[in-house]
Order: sequence, then structure tokens, then C-alpha cells
Amino acid sequence: MNAADDYLDSIRHELDPTPGPGAGSAIAEARPIIELEDVWLAFDEPVLRGVNLRVYEGETLVVFGESGSGKSTILKLILRLLVPDRGSVRVFGQDVTRLSYEEAAAVRRRIGMVFQYAALFDSLTIYENVAYPLRENTNLPEVEIEEIVREKLRFVDLDPDRVMALLPGELSGGMRKRVGIARAIAADPDVVLYDEPTAGLDPLAVETIVTLTRKLQTELGVTSIVVTHDIRAGFRVASRVNLLRDGKIIFEGTPEEMVASPDPYIQAFLG
Amino acid sequence: MARVLGTIDAWMRDVALGVQGFFTLGQRAVRFTAARPFYWQDLIEQMDRIGVGSLPIILLTGLFTGMVLALQSSVELGKFGADIYIGNLVGASMVRELGPVLAALMVAGRAGSGIAAELGSMRVTEQIDAMESMGTDPIKKLVTPRLLAGLIMVPMLTVIADVVGIVGGLAIAVLRVDIPADVYLRGVWGTLATSGFVFGVFPRDFVSGLFKPFVFGGIITLTGCYYGLSATGGTEGVGLATTRAVVTASILILATDYFLTQLLLVIVPPVQ
Repeated sequence: MNAADDYLDSIRHELDPTPGPGAGSAIAEARPIIELEDVWLAFDEPVLRGVNLRVYEGETLVVFGESGSGKSTILKLILRLLVPDRGSVRVFGQDVTRLSYEEAAAVRRRIGMVFQYAALFDSLTIYENVAYPLRENTNLPEVEIEEIVREKLRFVDLDPDRVMALLPGELSGGMRKRVGIARAIAADPDVVLYDEPTAGLDPLAVETIVTLTRKLQTELGVTSIVVTHDIRAGFRVASRVNLLRDGKIIFEGTPEEMVASPDPYIQAFLG
Repeated sequence: MARVLGTIDAWMRDVALGVQGFFTLGQRAVRFTAARPFYWQDLIEQMDRIGVGSLPIILLTGLFTGMVLALQSSVELGKFGADIYIGNLVGASMVRELGPVLAALMVAGRAGSGIAAELGSMRVTEQIDAMESMGTDPIKKLVTPRLLAGLIMVPMLTVIADVVGIVGGLAIAVLRVDIPADVYLRGVWGTLATSGFVFGVFPRDFVSGLFKPFVFGGIITLTGCYYGLSATGGTEGVGLATTRAVVTASILILATDYFLTQLLLVIVPPVQ
């Protein structure tokens, strides 16, 4: 066993040994459902400089990068909350940069997003938050909506009877994040995007979020993109990893390949 | 020199983009009034917040403005033995100018700042992005109900401010200047009824008194929404957005008041 294997072993030792869907050779047979090609974006300064990225059905792609490297921007481009200066962003086979607002909204409804600080609507109760995408995008009766909300809250290990009537401000950071996941999966999306899902959480809460992310992979087969700078958590959920530096993807491969990379920056990033 | 010109250029570009953004927001918000889904519950909630929530401050503002108008005019008119015209002066001042402008300024300070703070907080905590990521257009969900609530409630608040102001003036006229109530009220009515008619039907002061606050309602809510949705940079950004919303709305109200008055004078010249 070499040093790379030791490292991986040290961060994977608590893992369920079953790899997530899309891991390994299965990826080669899958088709990309999200594809960024030569994407450039600048605000006051360049953020992304020719990013190429592919996400295959059923896999969990983890995008690592330092703070401010443009990781979250990639998620906003996929949702078309931002439009690139150059390049194409294909989601479910459609270039979202060319879609009208209404067409883009239809694409967004197939994607769930877990925000860094959950981004729950603070004037709505937990029930109303999780029910929001269902009330907005379906014609389901309220009885069915309540049933789904309860199911999703139970999925993220929250007691519906205890939390449904509470406001987000009455929950801990970890619980808010779990509600954020419940809201993201409420409408059974094809893809879930995670923006720094473990940021600002204590180790126990991080453990819960990692377990939940893996549960989504294994039980629901959801395609996921996770952007994070948390190496340990990222490796535990990843089928594949990308590393973003100065607006460019400088590494693409499996966690094992990343750990084995001789690149000094990658080694420094891994610590 | 080049640096100064560069700064001026950047500033002018920001102003131009801001004006464009403001009008684009307004145009989309208006367009969504006729698009489904319509957020009735949000509209009612906003009418409650903007209208019912602003009522106490409007009542106080209207009452004291009417009282001080009657008091001041009694001093000046009394010099010529003309203090029976207090009602004319209070009625005209309240309905034509002070009611609409003061009510709008009060609503801008209270509700406009609230809108900017609320939407600004939602923006910096990514709640707006979350809404958009779930396929909801934030303009349709957040701006259109607030705009409609402003267009409906500010004229209603203005009417209340006018009435309370006239009643405040009546109290001073009767209790302090010893003018009979019927003389005062005849003065109020006489002024309003003889100011001319729009399209030959609607009393000019009535139209002016309702049209202006209708426009002001749009200005207050759109300004609050625009600055709130544009907020950046955490709590400091929210504070800045709130201040800018109130200052901009107040200036726009006063400037627009002049131009609307001028417009109404052209459309319906006052009776000589």
C-alpha cells in the first residue's frame, strides 16, 4: 500500500464500502446530462476562464477549489441564475444560455439546489418551506403535499411533528441544512446541486450531511454535483472529482487519481 | 485628469444602468399583473402591511398637518379679517398637495424601507436565488404584489390623511379661532368644488388628489424592490439599500409632484 492509498484509506475508513451509483466503469457507459464547454465569465475580474465540465447520469461529481475560485458560480450557471460571457451550458441536452426565462424555469424545476446556508425562507415555517416547490410547480392537493413533506423530512432524519410548525430561525445550522435538503428533493428532481454542504457545521452535523448525501445516491439514484473545499467530506461522497483553480479545471478524475497526482498544487490542496 | 474622467464615466454608466434596471423591473412587474399564477395571498398580505400598517402614522401626520395649517392660516388671515377662509385654505392645501405628498413620504419611510430591507435580506441570504432555482420568478412573486398593493393603498391612505387633516383643521377653527363648523366646511367644499373638472365630470382636485398618490405608490414600492433586489454585501449592503430606497423615493415623490401638478394645470386650467 502506497502513501496515496494510506491517505485515501484514512479518509474513507468510516465509509460504507459500497461505492455510490455512477462510480468506476459505470460512468463510461453513462451519458453526460450536464455539460459546460469552454465557459468564460467575468464580473469585475475573471471568475471562470474556459471551464469544461461533464456530469454523467447517476454519478456524484465533487468540484473542489479554494474559496473564491468560482465553484458556486458553476452551480449558478447550471441553474441559469447567471449567464456566461462565452461558452455553452448544456443541461438535459438543452443549452440553457439560449433558453427564454420561462424555458429555463422548466429546466430548473428538474434540479434541486442545497444552498450553503440553506437559504430557507425565514418568514415561512419548515412545512411551508419544504412544500414550496410542490405548491409552486404542481397542482397536488394539500393533503398529498403534506404527505410528501412528512416523507422528505423523515428522509433527512427530522421528526415532522416536531419541526413542521417551526420557523427556520428556531433550528440549528445542521437542522436547517437538512431542511434545505428536504426542500431540494421535495419535487423528486433528477439532479441535486450542493453548494458547500458542510460549511460552518460541527463534525457531527457534517457526518449527518455526508450520510444523507450518500443516502440520496444509493436510495434515490440522484445525480449530484457537490462544490466544496472540504476534502474529507467531498471524497466520501464523490464518484469523480474536479479541481478548480483560478477559474480553470486543473484536475479531473477519481478521488484515488487525485490523491496519487504528483502535481504540487494538488498535493498542497490535499494538505 | 484621465482618472477623474474615468470616475465620471463609471458613475454615469452606473446611473444609466440603474435607471434602465429600474424601468425594466417596473415593466416586468406590470406585465406580470396579467400573468398566471397570481399571488393573491401575497397581495393581501402586502396591502395589510403597506396600508393597515401605515395607518397610525398617516392618521397622526394628517391630523397635525391639518391642525397646524389652520393655526398658521388663522394668524395670517386674521390680519385681514379673513379668517372665515381657513376652511378654503386647509381644504385646498390638504387635498392638492400636503395629503398626497406627506402620506407618500410617510409610506416611503415606513413601508418603502421595509420592502428594501426585506428583499435585501432575502437577496444576501440567497433566498431570492433559492426561489428562482425552484422555478419561481421573484419579480412575479415579490415585486408585482408589492407594486399593486402600493398602487391601491397609497391613494386610500391619502384620502384618509386628507379627511383627518380637514377634521384637525376643523377642530382648531372651531375651538381656537371660533369659526362655526358649517362656515369652515362650506369653505372646504367650496374650494374643492370650484377648482374645475377633468373631462367635465370629475372635480380637478379629486382627480389630482387620487392620481398623484397612485403614481407615488408605484414609485415607493418599485424603488424599495429595486434597491432590495440589488443589495449586495451582507447586512451592510441591506442597510445601504434601505437608505437609498427611502432617499430616492422621497426625491422622486417631490420631483414627480411638481411635474404632475404642472401636467394637471395644463390639462385642466384652474377656474379664474
